[in-house]
Amino acid sequence: MSFKLLSREQLAKRAAAELRPGMYVNLGIGIPTLVANAITPEMNITLQSENGILGMGPFPFAGFERADLINAGKQTVTLLPGASVFSSADSFAMIRGGHIDLTILGAMEVSEKGDIANWMIPGKMVKGMGGAMDLVAGSPNVVVVMQHCAPDGSPKVLKNCKLPLTGKNCVKKIISDRAAMVVTAEGLVVTEIIPGLSFEELQACTEARLLKSPEGIKVLNP
Amino acid sequence: MKVLKYSKLIDSAMDAIADINDGATLMVGGFGLCGIPENLIEALRVKGVKGLTCISNNAGVDDFGLGKLLQTGQIKKMISSYVGENKIFEQQFLSGKLEVELTPQGNLAERIRAGGAGIPAFYTPTGVGTLVAEGKETKIFDGREYVLERALKADFALIKAWRADPQGNLQYNMTAMNFNPMMATAAKVTIAEVEELVGEGEMNPLAIHTPAVYVKRLLLGHNYEKRIEQRTVQARV
Repeated sequence: MSFKLLSREQLAKRAAAELRPGMYVNLGIGIPTLVANAITPEMNITLQSENGILGMGPFPFAGFERADLINAGKQTVTLLPGASVFSSADSFAMIRGGHIDLTILGAMEVSEKGDIANWMIPGKMVKGMGGAMDLVAGSPNVVVVMQHCAPDGSPKVLKNCKLPLTGKNCVKKIISDRAAMVVTAEGLVVTEIIPGLSFEELQACTEARLLKSPEGIKVLNP
Repeated sequence: MKVLKYSKLIDSAMDAIADINDGATLMVGGFGLCGIPENLIEALRVKGVKGLTCISNNAGVDDFGLGKLLQTGQIKKMISSYVGENKIFEQQFLSGKLEVELTPQGNLAERIRAGGAGIPAFYTPTGVGTLVAEGKETKIFDGREYVLERALKADFALIKAWRADPQGNLQYNMTAMNFNPMMATAAKVTIAEVEELVGEGEMNPLAIHTPAVYVKRLLLGHNYEKRIEQRTVQARV
């Protein structure tokens, strides 16, 4: 094999390319959290945290942590100028009401119809869905960042998810460590592939049927 | 001189929870360990009431928050959205000692809000086509499917606020607000513990988060630990 899978940092960097000036964005736990590192003030992005923050800033300097100011991952954070804090009901009203422009989150499986599974593996201890089901149901633009295949090589981009779903028909775009794919009514349209990997090789490690973008496939090279 | 009357003020946490008995349904504020009623939870542990149903976003950690009441086996059922940080919880759940109803976080917040606002049920897009919608009514509005979720109510709500005035108006601090304001509205008896009491008229009426009508009992809390679950900092350059 002559290709190199994207690292977590590279995936986050590619996901950051989905951000547009002025967007209100919710970032999930894991790789999506790293997307924040790519945000500059000029981009005018406002981060939402579902426990009740709009305008979340970076981690505090040592000595400035406050128990009363955390993000949805229970990490100590700061507020940027112009931030607001509010209750969980208000927070999910803005999520469910479609006011958060973009949600970027991780997944264990996605389907060609835009279904996502990321909260439960039958037989294992279930920790809970947290706010994930609300975020995928409410956000007008759901982008998934994920590994294309499981460690054993089995595909995670499927015709139908095998794991219990987090949401149905909600994912708009999948950015994996091998390719970028857009969910359309016709199926998954591949728009970018990492260097050294052919469309046919990508299809071979994907259960869902892939379509070539009519505009051509670009190199996924963050 | 006008004498300030804190008629809702209770002397001790034990007195504040005196009528919480075995089998009660409680709402307990907080997100993780942020904004939890530390004094009231400790009082429940000391009193030893059992068979509690707790509606709370999380279940604390092994030795703090609601984890304290799991340690002592006082909780029968949890209604939560995420319970990942607690080993005792895991053991009790897997052995069948603890019943758990997992609810999406936004549905949980709205079910509590609805409970306090006199709305028995509502349609939501969250969870459609997933396990949480199984056995529930669904309906199409404007071409999209929604699932009917029932409101939640409780016998008691245990709330943590930053400060209160003599009337029982409450203000929360930063993200310690979380589920507290909705829970304050959705129980027969709401008990609020606060870090600070201010005088009558000292709170800007525009800046009150929970109006006094919802609060039945006030407790000035002591010895707040306010433990941080994930202490994250950035390096100075």
